[in-house]
Amino acid sequence: MPQAPPNVILARVQVIVADLKHMPGALLPILHRVRDTLGHIPADAVPVIAEGLQITRAEVHGVISFYHDFNTHPIGNHRLQICRAEACQARGSRALEEHARARLGIDYHQTTPDGEFTLEPVYCLGNCATGPSVRIGNHIHGRVGTERFDTIIDRAITVPLNPEPLTEGDA
Amino acid sequence: MTRIYVPRDTTAVSLGADEVARALSHAADVQGVDITLVRNGSRGLFWLEPLIEVDTGAGRVAYGPVMPEEVPALVEAGLLEGGAGHALYLGPTEDIPYLKSQQRLTFARAGITDPVSLDEYRAHGGFEGLAVALAQTPQQIVDEVKTSGLRGRGGAAFPAGIKWQTVLDADSLTPNSRYSGQKFIVCNADEGDSGTFADRLVMEADPYLLIEGMTIAGLAVGAETGYIYLRSEYPLAHGVLNDAIARAKAEGYLGDNILKSGKAFHLEVRLGAGAYICGEETSLLDSLEGKRGQVRVKPPLPALKGAFGQPTVVNNVLTLAAVPFILAEGGSAYADYGMGRSRGTLPFQLAGNIERGGVVELAFGITLRELMQDYGGGTASGRPIRAVQVGGPLGAYLPESQWDTPLDYEAYADMGAVVGHGGIVVFDDTVDMLEQARFAMEFCAIESCGKCTPCRIGSTRGVEVIDRIRDNQDRDANLILLHDLCDTLEDGSLCAMGGMTPNPVRSALQYFPDDFARTTPSPMMEKS
Repeated sequence: MPQAPPNVILARVQVIVADLKHMPGALLPILHRVRDTLGHIPADAVPVIAEGLQITRAEVHGVISFYHDFNTHPIGNHRLQICRAEACQARGSRALEEHARARLGIDYHQTTPDGEFTLEPVYCLGNCATGPSVRIGNHIHGRVGTERFDTIIDRAITVPLNPEPLTEGDA
Repeated sequence: MTRIYVPRDTTAVSLGADEVARALSHAADVQGVDITLVRNGSRGLFWLEPLIEVDTGAGRVAYGPVMPEEVPALVEAGLLEGGAGHALYLGPTEDIPYLKSQQRLTFARAGITDPVSLDEYRAHGGFEGLAVALAQTPQQIVDEVKTSGLRGRGGAAFPAGIKWQTVLDADSLTPNSRYSGQKFIVCNADEGDSGTFADRLVMEADPYLLIEGMTIAGLAVGAETGYIYLRSEYPLAHGVLNDAIARAKAEGYLGDNILKSGKAFHLEVRLGAGAYICGEETSLLDSLEGKRGQVRVKPPLPALKGAFGQPTVVNNVLTLAAVPFILAEGGSAYADYGMGRSRGTLPFQLAGNIERGGVVELAFGITLRELMQDYGGGTASGRPIRAVQVGGPLGAYLPESQWDTPLDYEAYADMGAVVGHGGIVVFDDTVDMLEQARFAMEFCAIESCGKCTPCRIGSTRGVEVIDRIRDNQDRDANLILLHDLCDTLEDGSLCAMGGMTPNPVRSALQYFPDDFARTTPSPMMEKS
């Protein structure tokens, strides 16, 4: 997403901290909302959060770095996750991973040059009876073969004037 | 009026249920037929999703699996009238053998109702357990749970009634803490094991069941606050739970004075952030408190010093979801199911390379072979089954010789395996077990919380040792080293993550030694 000026970003973080700091165990809810609002957790947010919760910057940093969800740099327009866990492996996810890398020209934790996709591994989406599974944004897709993967990618980067149902032909 | 049901759970939606629902509405409009479209939860028969059900007043009949583009032909063939003239017609839903033969106690309502409709929940027996609990003393509630023999469904299988008793008896006064006097109910909804989705289905298909179970737990131990710690990989469950909690609050099932009883219970969903280890209860508690999700040393037990240093019940979704039945029907009604010390039912989850995957809730005692063949129908690929991982990524890989052992906590422990959360991941004969063992170590390396050395470093060394075995470098010595490393992980780790990672590795070595003896890597697998 487009980057707002630094003072605007900090003001947003301050509002989030003020809103949530009274919750028991407020740090994760704050970090989630900062990420959802800004797309990532910028380094400048750390001292603001630390000050608001009366904990050290090291503690905030330690929590951010512990969890896979909390990216500290901007990512692509779409967070694209491929399930690497066993049930999806049993349905061909290793081949799907190879296809995804080749199709997008990137490896895990990288963003396509056009800024559309950031590819990430995920360990189980709870869709284990109908793998391989892929998550894009908050949408989870099942039985994702290579063709269906390409369809998902194509639909994400184009804005259809007449959306048609996503079909499931290549399971 | 004709009611048409299209499921809204993650699996159905992942296969196009939203598009199916839109196509059906459109088709009904075009035909001028007045329908009520209900977005129900799934029945858990995932191989048939999206599963449409039609009720014209003569009972529900099913069609599936329905792809969006098949809707016009189905309507043409009389779907809106419940007609049988299409190949996808399955007959009355309740007569589908996969469903009919199950013993559904926890999943009795799943897929039947609109998950967030309180009216439908009540109409199908909802809140009967809560009504019983509100008329009982805390000790009576705990005794009922003890009678049921219910054990923790997250995998550790600790008796729930004993845990509740400990929390009921615990002193909650902690001077100098803002939480003094409080106890907590924490639901572990960090269902991270691959091959498991029963927690998700409870939350997406019948969320009030979990809310009711947690409220009863609160009444039993004297806790007025509950947290559902939900993994962030479940965005749909998150939405359903928040919706259900808001509605339950609005109708007085949650809040300061639940059903005007004078008792309070507040409930909140907290999101995890993509860390498998937070499914371990002490890591989960640290994460809930806003810290790195690192494992705590036990003792103290969470029952005595859990969330925010206060006495806390930490139970899995399925454990808490079993409670309303136990209160409504009595603990002995629940204990009538099962075998040995494994009482009640377990929702088994058929996953991976399986033709008919889904939730199969049955009493303990069924065998893997029965589940995989009678229910699962063999592999989806049509090839022979070679290995089955039971109980998640920390569970053993079992070859055919082990498929006739009854699924029971003790019988599985006796063969070095775990029932765990009931997830069953099937692999066909193209699987390379060396790669699976390597993945077990790799997964441990990625997801270790880093607190103890055997898990943090041993897992990385494990990947390296297996790579050397694969590359045929000093193989015999490296195999000895791998066994030795497994012993160190098992004996020296603080929690089950490091302690049980040897399960998949050793079972792969023991039952599939040929995969570790190749001179060239299997052609089926590319190196990852």
